[in-house]
Amino acid sequence: MLEAVMVKRLRDYTLDFTISVKSGEIMSLMGLNGSGKSTALNIIAGLLEADTTTITLHGECLCRTEDDLDVPVEDRRIGYVLQNSAVFPHMTVRDNVAFGLRARRLGRPVVAERAALWMDHMHIGDLADVRAGNLSGGQKQRVALARALAIEPGLLMLDEPFTALDADSTQTVKDLTRRFVKKMQIPCIVVTHRVADSTEIGDRACVLCKGKKEWEGIPGEMPEICSVCRCA
Amino acid sequence: MTPKRFRPKNYRRTLTYLAAGILIAAVTLYLALPILALIIRMSPDMFFDTLHNPEVISALWLSLFTTVTSLAVVILVGTPFAYYHSRYSYPGKVIVDTLIDLPLVLPPAVAGVALLVLYGRVGLLGRYFNMLGISLAFTTLAVIMAQIFVASPFYLRQAKSLFEQLDPAYEQTARTLGASSLRTMTLVTLPMTAGGLVSGAVMTFGRALGEFGATIMFAGNLPGVTQTMPLAVYVGMESNVTVGLTISILLVIISFTIMIAVRLIQKREVYHA
Repeated sequence: MLEAVMVKRLRDYTLDFTISVKSGEIMSLMGLNGSGKSTALNIIAGLLEADTTTITLHGECLCRTEDDLDVPVEDRRIGYVLQNSAVFPHMTVRDNVAFGLRARRLGRPVVAERAALWMDHMHIGDLADVRAGNLSGGQKQRVALARALAIEPGLLMLDEPFTALDADSTQTVKDLTRRFVKKMQIPCIVVTHRVADSTEIGDRACVLCKGKKEWEGIPGEMPEICSVCRCA
Repeated sequence: MTPKRFRPKNYRRTLTYLAAGILIAAVTLYLALPILALIIRMSPDMFFDTLHNPEVISALWLSLFTTVTSLAVVILVGTPFAYYHSRYSYPGKVIVDTLIDLPLVLPPAVAGVALLVLYGRVGLLGRYFNMLGISLAFTTLAVIMAQIFVASPFYLRQAKSLFEQLDPAYEQTARTLGASSLRTMTLVTLPMTAGGLVSGAVMTFGRALGEFGATIMFAGNLPGVTQTMPLAVYVGMESNVTVGLTISILLVIISFTIMIAVRLIQKREVYHA
């Protein structure tokens, strides 16, 4: 389970946000551009410092500013697929998927075996030796997902993973995300703009507006007044 | 009836093509003719014979040694400098930015005088080095220092701009996957900017190889010690024209190779934000 409380003064407003996601649950984080979604994810990942924050993952404290406790980003074991730059374009698909495993200094046979397994899970095994920069948008997202899950993370975060994907690829990425989040029983946060995506993938949804939580609940019950994109 | 080529529309198009053709030919000839004149001035036999001249060999090796050393220093110090400079804000960053660019517009002779005033025997710092028995001016080290001062901006500007353009999301992803800063730098940042960095390094090499003004002011013109190829051309044209022309042709060949290398490298993909 993930529990995070954070306060950070930004240029136009203060991000004052609390989020709680159960193991095996997908929380879709919604809000207009600049509402603080990516900032919140970056704080949880340890890429950005908050003014005050407490982040607990599966009972282990990752960050608590009042105690000066801060687990370094590389040790947080969070699978984070950032917006746009999903894969390392100069590496092959295999090297992308194996990146986190090699960084954790696992033995060669283990790296090879796990990378092959995850490429198989994501249906990208036949692309193993292709340079990731040459893949389509949907394939890149699957590579990024495989790479993030291969490290057996305690938390999965996807920042706008469906942007620039066609309908088929979007559905594939959604299905794979749901399948492995449930299977691995890890909390998952998916940032998305569209209510349709949120309804389909999210067990719960949370709407951020200018750094404050505007609404939280079951995606299908989201009231019309929420500041989110309702395009199909 | 008016012939087709004299109709107003076709007539204007023909004129445009003619003007463009003349302009392209004029610019090309202006740039190519001096090089061509230099090459046809010497027979191949004479060129290859003169290559064995001790003055030519000495200048060639000294130039290659100093240029390669300068380039190594620029890459080793300049790469981390450009990275931190592009990624962090600090007081006086604008001034540092200006100082990086300054050697590009500063006359090389002035750069040489400035280095001499600082590191010369009675210079601002040179006097203290001199007290310790260390002499910098008019040594091979002075040649390297002059080359670094004049040529480093080509690499620094390029590296700075590449690091600024690279989307930090790649590095952030690597960090969340468990990679240390060093691993991220060597496996993600540098490979993704390698094409541009190599191109900047090649330009730096070319500029350092052709360095004349700062070298002659700060390092002098001592054969075998500070007389690099451009200086040997200058001396050769006064005493032994064949030597001057041979080294000039050698420099043309090296410069041409450098430019072709840059063009080939620039074709490689660079991953921008």
